[in-house]
Amino acid sequence: MAEIFVCPESEMKDGDIRIVRQGRTEVGVYRHKGAFYAYRNHCVHQGGPACEGVVKGKVVDLFGEDKTFLGQTYDHDDPHIVCPWHGWEYKLLTGECAPDPRIRLKKHEIVKRDGGVFVLI
Amino acid sequence: MNVMSPIVSDPARETFDTRSLLAHAQQQAEDRKYEDFMIIDVDAHHYETDSYRDIWEYIEDPVMRDQFKYTKGATMMQRSTGGYQEMAGRITRYAHRRTEQAPGAVHRDIGLTRKWMDSMGVDVACIFPTPMLGLGLNPVVEVEVQYARAYNKWLTEKILAQDSRLVSMLYLPMNDPVAALKMVEDFAGKKGVCGFLITTVRYKGLYDNAYMKLYRALEERGLPLAFHAATNWGDQSMHITNRFIATHALGFSWFNIVHMTNWVVNGIPERFPGLKSIWIESGLAWIPFLMQRLDNEYMMRSSEAPTLKRLPSDYMREMFYTTQPMEMVNNQSMLQETFKMINAETQLLYSSDYPHWDMDLPSTIYDLPFLNLQQKKNILGENARKLFKLDTFISEEKRARLAARGVRA
Repeated sequence: MAEIFVCPESEMKDGDIRIVRQGRTEVGVYRHKGAFYAYRNHCVHQGGPACEGVVKGKVVDLFGEDKTFLGQTYDHDDPHIVCPWHGWEYKLLTGECAPDPRIRLKKHEIVKRDGGVFVLI
Repeated sequence: MNVMSPIVSDPARETFDTRSLLAHAQQQAEDRKYEDFMIIDVDAHHYETDSYRDIWEYIEDPVMRDQFKYTKGATMMQRSTGGYQEMAGRITRYAHRRTEQAPGAVHRDIGLTRKWMDSMGVDVACIFPTPMLGLGLNPVVEVEVQYARAYNKWLTEKILAQDSRLVSMLYLPMNDPVAALKMVEDFAGKKGVCGFLITTVRYKGLYDNAYMKLYRALEERGLPLAFHAATNWGDQSMHITNRFIATHALGFSWFNIVHMTNWVVNGIPERFPGLKSIWIESGLAWIPFLMQRLDNEYMMRSSEAPTLKRLPSDYMREMFYTTQPMEMVNNQSMLQETFKMINAETQLLYSSDYPHWDMDLPSTIYDLPFLNLQQKKNILGENARKLFKLDTFISEEKRARLAARGVRA
């Protein structure tokens, strides 16, 4: 396993993504609310570049106490990584596939050292 | 641990390019050695409305030509099929495709199409329009006829004549059976025309006597007739769905289910035994459903379909089907049984539907564990090659990969 330099920590702000390519391995590095996350850039569905798409909050149905439908909103505390090929969604905080947690993006460890962000590949 | 120097990129700063978006598809093509065999994509698309400035000149009716020009080719008019295929920005190629650089030497559609074909390892693609899938809903019959004629003329002259890797089955304006027949008479035999197309979002029964000359003309010429599904959110039954996932999942199957049912129970396969039909973009799960449903009812009510000499499923098993969007979630035993029921080895044709949101790569077929290599090759290209009577062809990029391996093409 190698420690791959991504960038200085100060270079990435919340919402930023970096794609790290080392040989045939590609990893998406995310910063969300100050924390870093890293996942293999490979969608479990058809192999798409899952980390090269958009990040959107989980869509939530809103219901009243009587179970009537009131509308929809985004839960930005549960951001989803969206594969740009077909729209498969993964939870940014865990890598779990949103509709089926048994499926997940491969997770990579992040190391912060000397002001830099490194990912273990 | 070693500290290494990787390539780090920021996707927010990159310009859109199909080859980059599909880099993983190309890796799949190289890993699986797609250069060893021909791949034909029987259902792919372009956005004809991007070329409306060229197409409008082909409209023969001068009044309609002006209408087309000022509505920028909006072919669906009042009865839109509706929907949001791009998933609110999640499928990035929808928002960015207009910004993409295309090779300058050829028509933009040819250049962009070649990009995704080469990434996926597709050698020949059968391309269809996109908004025109809803043209059959247009309440003005003459609009369907004029737009279809203009599009077919433009397509054959500006696209198909210019690139042997692109073929098509041409749109038939079925709301005017005489005009549909004339389309076959005028366009059969033109370069790249490998059949004709009925878009199945329409509300005229395809068993009508007015169509029999059309079917005879196709049968005599040995040209297949394709049925391309779509959805229509304005359909009365779809109108009660309130999310696009519902109208899409149901509609894309339903419009082929209803026309297939009519096709079989009216005995069209018995009346035109040499007419080959292709059923496009409904997935595969509907076929075993409909086979079982029709067989069961036919055994009780054969008097209502007296022309049939065999079970409905026996006719359906002799038709052709495209793969996409193939249902592939936790259902491999069902999928395998489906392949058996439709004689996939000879009747199934690979399709990507690219660039639409639910596209399928060739690996959806190549990676199936229950197929042997010859069956995979058949479905990915050989079945379509025989059906369309095409020569074996391997793309320049794939030939280069063969050469790099020291293999003669």
